[in-house]
Amino acid sequence: MSVLEAVIRSVAVVAAFLVLPLLVGQTEHKFMAHMQGRLGPMYAGGWHGWAQLIADAAKFVQKEDVIPAAADRGVFRIAPAVALIPYMAGLAFIPIGDGIVGADVPASAFAVLAALGVGILGHLMGGWASANKYSMIGAMRGAAQLVAYELPMVLAVASVALAAGTLSLSGIVEQWQPWWLLWQLPGAIVFFIAALAEINRTPFDMPIADSEIVFGAFTEYTGLRFAFFLLAEYAGIVVMALLFTVLYLGGWAGPLAASLGVVWTLLKAWIIAAIIVWMRVSWPRLREDQLHRLAWVWLIPIALFQLALTAVVVVMTR
Amino acid sequence: MTTRDIVFICFAVLAAGCALLAVTTKQVVHAALWLVATLGTIAGCYFVLGAELVGLVQLLIYVGAVIILVIFALMLTRAPIGKHDDLATPGWQRAIAAVVGASLTALIAAVVLPVVTDAAVDIPASTNKGVSAAIFGVWVWPFELLSVLLLSALIGAFIVSQVVRAAGRPTGGEGR
Repeated sequence: MSVLEAVIRSVAVVAAFLVLPLLVGQTEHKFMAHMQGRLGPMYAGGWHGWAQLIADAAKFVQKEDVIPAAADRGVFRIAPAVALIPYMAGLAFIPIGDGIVGADVPASAFAVLAALGVGILGHLMGGWASANKYSMIGAMRGAAQLVAYELPMVLAVASVALAAGTLSLSGIVEQWQPWWLLWQLPGAIVFFIAALAEINRTPFDMPIADSEIVFGAFTEYTGLRFAFFLLAEYAGIVVMALLFTVLYLGGWAGPLAASLGVVWTLLKAWIIAAIIVWMRVSWPRLREDQLHRLAWVWLIPIALFQLALTAVVVVMTR
Repeated sequence: MTTRDIVFICFAVLAAGCALLAVTTKQVVHAALWLVATLGTIAGCYFVLGAELVGLVQLLIYVGAVIILVIFALMLTRAPIGKHDDLATPGWQRAIAAVVGASLTALIAAVVLPVVTDAAVDIPASTNKGVSAAIFGVWVWPFELLSVLLLSALIGAFIVSQVVRAAGRPTGGEGR
């Protein structure tokens, strides 16, 4: 790989990282509004308020960056970056078309999971360094949730990797066949629920629960640092939706895959992202103990069952 | 000296520096955070050496899970913000730790570094298939033994919590 190619790939990943979360955010604004009988943003930018999130970003940049007097300044400052960068690293490993990927590595499925697991560190750092009990509770909930849901997620991904016989996301898409939709269905459901929990989306948004612990770890954050945390949340939706598409929906498989592959990947991922938004509109928040019960009593056994099923089918057909 | 050597030395120096900061800082949460940086840069060393899978496991298990638990436990103790001199360990403990650390370093260096002989060792390229074949081939019994050890620890933890509960002590919210 030449230096020029590396630069182009990096710039493309950063551009995707900055644009796709905004698209998901705008989708959320509009979908939520219409599901609730509202119009949503209509003025910014003219046509159906398409520039609303850019206007929001401009507002965040102008706000004062407040650091509480009792906070641990250094840790408080770098926490948003620690929360944000793992998602960018994760996005770099996900292919969106045949050969179209930021960094093609042999174990990319594993690399994405490894990168995503680090993101919670930013929430923990921010929650602890804020010297605020709501922040602290939010950070603790987030960490407990991540530890509980990382296991079923890794097991579900392991099942797909086993079925495809490779840890590479591109390889998984190449091996994928339509009947996997049924074969890997339990794993797909487990993965989707665990993904919702990992990115703190409703009904698993106890770590940020604005109505009880005032946005948890982000309580003390203002301006750009708060915006970075929000961007990390939407980047999380993008990464999880793309990962779900690549693992379970065949990525760029579809009619005219040779020329329209990227479109298929992005369209499928966008539908998954829209379903994640739909969940937010239609589900109440789970209670903390219900959350852990769901993970340990249901998701992990189902993921283990899926792994066993995959192993049996793989052994019988090969 | 190749680019790979330079990158490796950068990661190694960073790892050593973070490790030093982890053991010398007076703030307990900072020590844990420096440990995260140490383990992360060691993962970087693995990547530079071509051991992709080991580096990813290092990130996923150590940075992503073990350290999260460590920090989680630390925060449960209300780890205070700011310096705390009463966290300092007595001098004799530091001396023993230094001696043990130095002798371990010397032991590993004697095995790994070509100090005695200058014979260069060829490192075969590590592939995911090679690693898995080794784990489930030659090393399958140690692997299974470790699984049994972890399983017994898990059952032990379960029994401890159940026995405490049966003894009638308050256990907090049993959610359903």
